[in-house]
Amino acid sequence: MRIAQLAPAALAERLEGEGVLLPCGTFSVCIRSDIPALTSGLIQLYADFPVLDPHEVYVDFEVDVSAPTLMRRFLRPQVVLRCDGRVPFKPLPLGQAMPMLEWGLNWVISSHAHDHLVLHAAVVERGGRALVLAADPGSGKSTLCAALIHSGWRLLSDELTLVALSDGLIEPIVRPISLKNASIDVVRTLGPDVVISQVCHDTAKGSVAHMRPPAASVDAMNQRVMPAMLVFPKFATGSALRSEAVGPAHALIELTRHAFNASVLAAVGFDALCGFSEAVQSYRIEYGSFEQVLPEIDRLWQAQT
Amino acid sequence: MTALRAQPMLLTTTLCHPERARRFDKGDWERLVWQSRAAELMAQLQRVLADADILQKAPLAARRHLDLASTIAERHAFAVRSELRGLQRALQALDVPVLLLKGAAYTALSHRAAAGRIFNDIDILVPKSALRDVEQRLNWDGWFSLHTTVYDERYYREWMHEIPPLEHKNRGTVLDVHHTILPPTSGIRPDPGDLFAASIRLGGEWAFFHVLAPTDMVIHSACHLFFGEFHKGLRDLYDLHQLLSDFSVDTAFWTALVKRARSLDLALPVLDALTQCVRLYETGVPAAVTANLALSSSSPWPGWMRAWLFEQVLRPPHASAHDRSTRLAHWLIFVRSHWLRMPLPLLAYHLSHKLFVE
Repeated sequence: MRIAQLAPAALAERLEGEGVLLPCGTFSVCIRSDIPALTSGLIQLYADFPVLDPHEVYVDFEVDVSAPTLMRRFLRPQVVLRCDGRVPFKPLPLGQAMPMLEWGLNWVISSHAHDHLVLHAAVVERGGRALVLAADPGSGKSTLCAALIHSGWRLLSDELTLVALSDGLIEPIVRPISLKNASIDVVRTLGPDVVISQVCHDTAKGSVAHMRPPAASVDAMNQRVMPAMLVFPKFATGSALRSEAVGPAHALIELTRHAFNASVLAAVGFDALCGFSEAVQSYRIEYGSFEQVLPEIDRLWQAQT
Repeated sequence: MTALRAQPMLLTTTLCHPERARRFDKGDWERLVWQSRAAELMAQLQRVLADADILQKAPLAARRHLDLASTIAERHAFAVRSELRGLQRALQALDVPVLLLKGAAYTALSHRAAAGRIFNDIDILVPKSALRDVEQRLNWDGWFSLHTTVYDERYYREWMHEIPPLEHKNRGTVLDVHHTILPPTSGIRPDPGDLFAASIRLGGEWAFFHVLAPTDMVIHSACHLFFGEFHKGLRDLYDLHQLLSDFSVDTAFWTALVKRARSLDLALPVLDALTQCVRLYETGVPAAVTANLALSSSSPWPGWMRAWLFEQVLRPPHASAHDRSTRLAHWLIFVRSHWLRMPLPLLAYHLSHKLFVE
């Protein structure tokens, strides 16, 4: 069964009661909430996701999104996310319940999937091989990722690249794509099939919204991929296209900054980073528009296959 | 899932009797993993299950969480040892005894209680007269105060048993520098000189450091837990269980413990610790020891109420182990911990500052 097959009332009832068990990268997470915005958010963004059976599937984590105290249910209402007795973030205004769930699920993965190297990077696939986009926040990584999946690439993740320590393959974490500020409208123009959630203003990251991942990517969420190419993208308004190859040593140094769990993994993590940097062709691309960057990525991708 | 009854003893029973996990179903394993993560006892649990050959009976997904916890704990112990070597470099020019407390002590001793134990800060004890020099040396080595408000400075410097926590500017490790084991404002003032005199100098790699004598180590751990807020109650109690099981191999230990607890006027927290260790971890404490301690301890709270409070707050901080009263009990324990820490006028001042000024 998929989320879209559940009636909104049935979904809300399940969220309030036994919870909704969703696949979340290498984990399965049971989500509970009594907040209506979360029901509509799940319908909008997770429509194609399978609802797992908690009697069959091992439940790795339980996540609860609700009011922090009884008072905060009514007076300047807030939400807080709890995961197995822990509260990773300070409470947020009620309107930010959906972004909080998304940030919370990112936290669940990046602070527990330590059998993987966890990179702060988007990753897409074509022809059975992966293209990884690693960049500092605000560089246009998620926006570029959204554009790539609208030109035929499969989404693995727009936020977290999980490289298995055991074999170096990348594990998909198909989830909604997180968009900020100006990029929300840019992505809206990509095509008529783009589904974007309600925009939340005044969050810690400005205005945020999420884009529903393509159904084909959701269906392929168990197909792991070999890394092939690494790009450090940098968007700047009006920028000319500049593209250059980066050697493995430089790629390693830069990638270290984007590794969430390097300090936890220590030597094992360093080896994984080295292995990854050597397994991929790396490029740095500065651009000012999709018209520049998409053909350039295509050209580099064709050249190395 | 919500209809399930609370399982407050699932984790502690499994730690005592790992073989019972052979009969666990998927739901039991899930709750065990969640509760052990919430109680920060997952790596310890992994070890107990591995030693009892039960780990391979666990569902693969449960085993994945348990094994990862163990890997992280090993990495943590490695980091602690490297911090200790750094502390030695920073402080060895001073001719003062540096005593490791709690987790850092268990790690340096390679004690069983250190296995799998994750802790966020390193605690050391130095003579009060050496505080200024120690703090300066630590500053030079990159350790700086976390608290910057005037009130926090005053709170620690005047009223507490430690200086404001220090954080390393590069690594973010937190270091608590103590000059005694209890807040002077609690009214109980064990002489730190006494603790230093009885302390033990470590051997080998860690010969620069001291640790508390076995009796004092138990008493300190008991005070820390039973005067505190029980955030990591089950974990701290498991430490105590391990320490007691180990130290009591020496038959003279129990007599020495009772004598020392009485002379420091700390029989009550030690009695509480032993009682709860027996209840939750089935520690082998002779009945005469608790009876003896009971003779010299008294509390203004009725016995049934204390028993109820400790039963409630010594549960894994996870919904599957809680019932309706757990939150109330935690609130009462929070009030009690402040009550024990400060006389009433000071407490009123402290709380009103926290409430109105901050």
